[in-house]
Amino acid sequence: MSKHDFGFETRMLHAGQIPDPYIGARAVPIYQTTSYVFGDADEAAHLFELKQYGNIYSRISNPTTAVLEERIASLEGGTGAMAVASGMAAEFGTFMTLCSPGDEIVASSQLYGGSLTLLAHTAKKLSIKVTFVDPDDFEGWEKAITSRTRGLFVEIIGNPIGSIADLETLGEIARRHYVPLIVDSTFATPYLCRPIEWGATIVIHSATKFIGGHGTSIGGLVVDSGDFDFSGFPTIADPTASYHGLRFYDTFGHYGFLMKLRAETVRDTGACISPMNSFLLLQGLETLSLRMERHVTNAQKVAEFLAKHSKVAKVNYAGLPTHPHHDRAKKYLPKGPGAVFSFDLAPSKGDVRDAGKNFIEKLQLFSHLANVGDAKSLVIHPGSTTHQQLSDEEMIASGISAAMIRLSVGLETINDLLWDLDQALEVV
Amino acid sequence: MSIACDVRLNTRLSEEDRAKYQNGEVIQNLLATAKTIAIVGLSTEKTKASNMVGSYLQDEGYKVIPVHPKAEEILGVKCYPSLSAIPEKVDIVDVFRPASEIPGIVEEAIKIGAKAVWTQLRIINLEAASAAKEAGLEVVVDRCIKMEHGRYGGMLHWAGMNTEVISAQRRRNLGA
Repeated sequence: MSKHDFGFETRMLHAGQIPDPYIGARAVPIYQTTSYVFGDADEAAHLFELKQYGNIYSRISNPTTAVLEERIASLEGGTGAMAVASGMAAEFGTFMTLCSPGDEIVASSQLYGGSLTLLAHTAKKLSIKVTFVDPDDFEGWEKAITSRTRGLFVEIIGNPIGSIADLETLGEIARRHYVPLIVDSTFATPYLCRPIEWGATIVIHSATKFIGGHGTSIGGLVVDSGDFDFSGFPTIADPTASYHGLRFYDTFGHYGFLMKLRAETVRDTGACISPMNSFLLLQGLETLSLRMERHVTNAQKVAEFLAKHSKVAKVNYAGLPTHPHHDRAKKYLPKGPGAVFSFDLAPSKGDVRDAGKNFIEKLQLFSHLANVGDAKSLVIHPGSTTHQQLSDEEMIASGISAAMIRLSVGLETINDLLWDLDQALEVV
Repeated sequence: MSIACDVRLNTRLSEEDRAKYQNGEVIQNLLATAKTIAIVGLSTEKTKASNMVGSYLQDEGYKVIPVHPKAEEILGVKCYPSLSAIPEKVDIVDVFRPASEIPGIVEEAIKIGAKAVWTQLRIINLEAASAAKEAGLEVVVDRCIKMEHGRYGGMLHWAGMNTEVISAQRRRNLGA
């Protein structure tokens, strides 16, 4: 038996699914079932006591979803993963598993608007304190960490200004303070960057975006590196009342965090993914590398086109040499810094918001909607939509201006995308 | 027939020691042929890893023999104070004791003619492992016997774990 390292594309297609012994279905079967018949009463009891592997109820685990979980874990180089209802559920589940009331999270101030409101408002209701820092203010991260800090949270590619997190430095800070670094890698996908290789403990995805890739299904993923020593980490190491004093880290070792997330947090909060959505997200994953190659090629060409356009003031894409994080992008995302970025329209006579509105309404090929990572090109005005719940101060901290337009560059013929942007910019 | 795979994650062993003490073919073969597994350090506490592993191995059809200095019965079966006190043939000696106790346990395992010594996650004593190997025993170090059984049988995968097993062959269940 010779050993062999299987490549990324092979694992994209095969990791997590071995054809089953009974039917041998080659496609991933969709187990559209809520529950699973127990072999006998003892097996039922052992499943509930977490002594036996197996499925009880699809809120906790499901065989179709398990394929998605193992596949993303393999692609990220993690010990395992859990799939949940959405990217937001993945974030919430992670914070709920790591934190007790009074605990703290230190987070980047440049995050997706939904993540910002989760941390700024909803976490507060659970007495979880969140301190926001400029992701490049490393001293700020250090100062914000206290004895109650249970995680550092950052997006690898900031939404929407395309900043690139310095994962290696943040990973080093996290390690020194014995807290896990949690990285939202939605815009990168494991094809462009694998944060665990740079020191992340937990990787979060909104699989809705590039992983699914076709705008059909909502889903979220939590991947654990398995390398963090949770033995002195209260929420994962201490005996839990909900399993007769079970200590998750002591009993499940490198799988302790994920077991607690699955068997406690998601069991109790209920944000499970539907097996049908797991199947659709898996269909997307099978072509991830091919799509991401084209996404970043098109994004680079669109960014270069806009940067030269007289109606455009500024392009926030780290693939351009003018972007302050261009070198960092080359280090962490050598294949390309994703396909989601924003740009500012050039100042015009009237209200700049009207210019943005007119531009978006004139676009013929870019779809105006609140999503990114579709195979089709998308556009939105963050100031009035995804980030509109933010205060003016939060807006400034997130780097968002009133004139900003966000694009998610799709897989269409590049000349058609450039034509569409050009004809719409005429109205500005 | 065993599945070819290189399991790299979640171990403290070097590449060289992984080849010696975490050989996938050896592990699959051991689990497929073993009938009796003595567990040294099997806890009486139901939520401890050793107790959960013992219970799992019983469910999967193995005969589990607990080795415990004081307890009379764990998981419904008679305990023995040492490996030497076990009156029957033992295939695998699975160990949940600190690394410092491994040399004594290996010595006993050799004496009773066990086929293999298996030390659980993070229980690493390479000197003792090497002594067992020289005496002709199969040796597994820094792996969980329950996880390995689940890895090759397909059940570990259900828990969302990265088994590192890649194969387009139809799965054959691992028998106990």
